[in-house]
Amino acid sequence: MRNLSRREFLRLCGATGAALGLTHAIKPEILQAFAGPAGGQPPIVWLQGGSCSGCSVSLLNGVQPEIGKVLTEVISLQFHQTLMAAAGEPAMEILPAVKKQYAGQYYLVVEGSVSTGEKAMYSTLGERDGKPVSFVEWVKTMAAGAKAVIAVGTCATYGGIPAAGSNPAGSKAVSDVISGVPLINVPGCPIHPDRVLGTLVHAIKYGMPELDHLKRPTVFFGKCVHDLCERRQMFDEGKFATRLSEPGCLYKLGCKGPMAYNDCPTRKYNNNTSWCVGANAPCIACVEPGFPDHTSPFFERMPEYGPAGTPSPQPRQGKIIGGDK
Amino acid sequence: MRKIVIDPVTRLEGHLKVEVMADKGKVVSAEAAGTMYRGFESILAGRDPRDAVYITQRICGVCPVSHATAAAFALDDAFGVQVPANGRIIRNLILGGNFLQSHIIHFYNLSLPDYVQFPAIPPFTHHYTGDYRLNKETNERLVGNYFKALEIRRKCHEMVALFGGKMPHQVAIIAGGTSMTAQKEKIDAYRKLLAEIAQFVEKEYAEDTRLLANAYSDYFQVGKGPANFLSYGVFPLDDHGRDKLFGAGVHIGGKAADMDIAKVTEDAAHSWYDKASDGTPGKTGTNAQYGKAGAYTWVKAPRYGGEVCEVGPLARMWISGRYTSGVSAMDRIVARTLEAALITKALGKWLDELEPGAPCEAAVEIPYAASGIGLVEAPRGALGHWVTIRNQRIERYQAVVPTTWNCSPRDAGGTPGALEQALIGLPVPDADNPLSVVRTVHSFDPCLACAVHVITPGRPVGEFKL
Repeated sequence: MRNLSRREFLRLCGATGAALGLTHAIKPEILQAFAGPAGGQPPIVWLQGGSCSGCSVSLLNGVQPEIGKVLTEVISLQFHQTLMAAAGEPAMEILPAVKKQYAGQYYLVVEGSVSTGEKAMYSTLGERDGKPVSFVEWVKTMAAGAKAVIAVGTCATYGGIPAAGSNPAGSKAVSDVISGVPLINVPGCPIHPDRVLGTLVHAIKYGMPELDHLKRPTVFFGKCVHDLCERRQMFDEGKFATRLSEPGCLYKLGCKGPMAYNDCPTRKYNNNTSWCVGANAPCIACVEPGFPDHTSPFFERMPEYGPAGTPSPQPRQGKIIGGDK
Repeated sequence: MRKIVIDPVTRLEGHLKVEVMADKGKVVSAEAAGTMYRGFESILAGRDPRDAVYITQRICGVCPVSHATAAAFALDDAFGVQVPANGRIIRNLILGGNFLQSHIIHFYNLSLPDYVQFPAIPPFTHHYTGDYRLNKETNERLVGNYFKALEIRRKCHEMVALFGGKMPHQVAIIAGGTSMTAQKEKIDAYRKLLAEIAQFVEKEYAEDTRLLANAYSDYFQVGKGPANFLSYGVFPLDDHGRDKLFGAGVHIGGKAADMDIAKVTEDAAHSWYDKASDGTPGKTGTNAQYGKAGAYTWVKAPRYGGEVCEVGPLARMWISGRYTSGVSAMDRIVARTLEAALITKALGKWLDELEPGAPCEAAVEIPYAASGIGLVEAPRGALGHWVTIRNQRIERYQAVVPTTWNCSPRDAGGTPGALEQALIGLPVPDADNPLSVVRTVHSFDPCLACAVHVITPGRPVGEFKL
């Protein structure tokens, strides 16, 4: 089994398509990458707050190695509400035990926004002395002893849907409530399993990956959807669809590809099956901090930022949809 | 008397706490509580109505397609559009594929750890101990199929993504039909995956259900609940939605009747919402009031003509006359398996009915003022969306979801919800290891993220036509 250099690993992360997909290509690598304290497997704690669980469901759509192997043989998934056999008190006893036993060695994954509404009691998990414990308290407690924190999904990374509009539950991003521990943001609504597993492998084997100004790994979020899109030529030639089910670029029907930075057009979803534009639907820039308020209406043409009269193909989104976070 | 608190009940979507009082080894009272809320309807106010299809999917990542479908139905209704046949069928293919995904993940990955002993490694450690009674051979078979099911449910999502673009949170269901057309290569690829999934359902899922039901046959005697059922119906078989694969109806006090949506009300007497939250969906103005006296949950209490109803596969199978053997924790599991088998057969027929090249979407125009209702079934039960549009924007939006029916709290009259009733009388031989409680809870396949999203902005309410 060959030991990949960081450069080779990053090249594999960037490669896409069924034959070259990240997890496929690094299968032997992924299995030996993890040399951690829990029986050789790095301990992972996965907390779910203001989420729809879509990111967890999407993680289960990972392929090669089969996700069942990842969950039981590659990582040591100490806590994950949707998957763990334990319930109630025995389940909640795991968290302080991991924090103590694997201090500074476990990775904390947070899915969902962190609700701070009505003294943070809008979202609770378990009880202490007969009183509910707020989710934000668990995030802070577990982040404090973690080697790194990975916020997965747009709710955890930037507030996402729960923080939209009037933000009724006082929902916040993970970055708003923790400090003093390395943080990586892996946005998406939902996350792509490759991007989460690739980020985890990098963090464990090579340390912190290169991040952009929004703390996203550049290997997955460095390119503009509009540049990678299979319909880009139609845009350049001015062939625009007037109905979603017609052929043509979807720019005039609301596609937000020009403001979205990720590799969806090449990586695709569900084992390389398809993606939004592949199903004749506009990109809604779900990986961006402005999602959904500043990337909607989803079916209306985005504002133009280029020279008068020309659509702007690649404005850096940070400048146009709400600034840096 | 002994109080048993399970917080969180794991292996379900969202955050659920269950508290029961047990006396002489039997449950005498029960409370089910949703412990997280986000406030979806308020997030929807003021938006382009078409966006509701995408936004409401984010209520639940396990059954997003059901929310997309309910939202699309509500908008079709409000916009007054007729969806072309291909659009109707592609919607069914997207929704049906996710029903299979949901039923399979529920049986194998969410339920089985209550009955099967897994290797003592994370994430299977620290579980309740005691009543695991499968023989070695059956136990091994089910552990093996737990992992096989992860692969099969992934393929269900790949099947959905062929037409839906991606899963979770597909993109092809839109107001007026679907963006995705009936392309021959997609139909062929769907058919190929369906064949593999159908074989798993017939050969493994059905047999595994039988093995579980035989080993734990006493679960046919417990977890009954109200034995009232409600279904809005799902999978339209004609372009006017008159005939559905699983029909709409109610079964109250032993009598079958047509479903009358005007009889659906919501009650917030024991929920953390203010008084204005009671009433007819679409008319209520819900405001959070955490810590309200007597309240214990973020879930409201929907009632049908004042009656508590169970929703889900058993309700659908009962109302359509396909399964009426009994009402219990195990009957729910069996009905779910039966439904999965029926859906695999229907999906193949729908593929045959697609006409490549024919239209799949109708042109839509957003009206200045309109209202609409979208009624559908999620894998775990009846789902309704209510929308009111003013000045071409969403004025009000409300969703009444399956788990508000099943995990509802007591209503103003003190009548417990369906799950709460199902728990009362349940034997709990070992209060430290309340396996019978989690088994009964899981039989309902709760989805709490759906149930606790509800809040509407406190703004003037226009007349709402049902």
